[in-house]
Amino acid sequence: MSAYVLPLFIIFVLVVGFCKRVPVYGSFVSGVKQAIELLLSVMPYFCAILIAVELFSVSGLADKLQNALSPLFSALGIPPELTRLVIVRPLSGNGSLAILGEMIEQYGADSYVARCACAVAGAGETTFYVAAIYFSTVRESKLRYAVPVALIASLVGAVTACALVR
Amino acid sequence: MNTVFFLMLTASLVALTAIAPDAAFSVMLTGAGKAVETGLSLFAVYAVWLSVLEIMEKTGISRAIYRLFAPLFKKMFKGESEKAVEYVSLNVSANLLGMGSAATPAGIKAMEHMSKKSEKASDNMILFFVINATSVQLIPATIVGMRAAAGSASPSDIILPTLGGTLAAALAGVALAGLCAFAAKKGLPLRGKLARR
Repeated sequence: MSAYVLPLFIIFVLVVGFCKRVPVYGSFVSGVKQAIELLLSVMPYFCAILIAVELFSVSGLADKLQNALSPLFSALGIPPELTRLVIVRPLSGNGSLAILGEMIEQYGADSYVARCACAVAGAGETTFYVAAIYFSTVRESKLRYAVPVALIASLVGAVTACALVR
Repeated sequence: MNTVFFLMLTASLVALTAIAPDAAFSVMLTGAGKAVETGLSLFAVYAVWLSVLEIMEKTGISRAIYRLFAPLFKKMFKGESEKAVEYVSLNVSANLLGMGSAATPAGIKAMEHMSKKSEKASDNMILFFVINATSVQLIPATIVGMRAAAGSASPSDIILPTLGGTLAAALAGVALAGLCAFAAKKGLPLRGKLARR
C-alpha cells in the first residue's frame, strides 16, 4: 500500500503541472540547479561534523561515554545493553542500524533487549545530521538551545519506547 | 557549537593518538569521505524533490496543502512569512506520509525563509528543527524488515512502542523548545546552562 504513495503523488504533480501548462522540463532543470546550490551550502557543515563523529566513535571515547552513562540509563528504565545504541543513534543512522543488527543476532529477534533496541532505533533520529543540514543557512552557527533540547527529547522517546515494550 | 566541536575533536584525537597514532589522520579522512558519499546521495534526493517542489509551487498544489495546515502553523510559527509557513506545511505533511526524503528539501527552504531575519537561530527555527529531529514516523519499515529477516515470530509488534516513543519525543521536544523560547523572551540567562552546548 505505502509503496504506491510516492510514485502516485509524483505522477499527480506531473499531470497537474502539464495540464496547467507549467514548464515541467524547465522546472526540473531549475530544481537541479537549486539542489547544486543547496549541496554547496550544506557540505561544509556536514563534512566538519562527520569528521568529528568518525573520530569520536573510532577513538573509543564513545565507549567511555557509554560506561559513564550506563547507570543513568538503567535508572531511567533503559536496559544497560542498549546504552551504545542510544548514544550512537543521534550520531549516525547507518551506525545505529549496524548495532541493531548485531543485537538482534546476539539476543534473538524476540528477546526483550532486542525489542527494546528496535523500538529505540525506530523512535530516534540522527539529530546531529539533521542539525547540520537544517542550520546550514544560519551564519555564525549560533544554535542556542537547539541541540540539547532535541537530545533530551530523544531520550524521553527512548525511555517511553522501552517502557511500552514491557 | 564551537566549544563542543573543539572538545569533541580534540579529546577524540588525543584518545586516538594514545592508542593508535597512525590511524588518527586516516580516520579524519574517512569521516570527510563519508560526508562526500552521503552528500552525493543527498544531492540526488534534493535534485528530484526540489524539481517536484517547483512544479507543486507553480501549480498551486503546495498552496492547497498550506491552507490545510495554516491555522495551526501560523500560530506555532508566529511572525514568519507565508512562504515560510507554506514550506513548513509541506515539510510536516511529507514527514507524516513517511516521505522523509521529500521532507528535507522543503524543510531547508522553510529554514532559509525563516533565517532571513536573524544571524543566529531564532526560537521559531529551533522549534522547527526540533519537530524534524523528533519526527513522527508512522511505520518503521526498515526495522520491521530486519526483524522479519532474523526470524521474529511477530516482526511488527514493535510498531506500537516505536510510535509511542516518537510521539513522546516530539511532544517533549515541542514542550521543551517552547519553555526555552519563553525563558529566552523573559531574558533568563539561558547562556549558562543550556546554550553552552
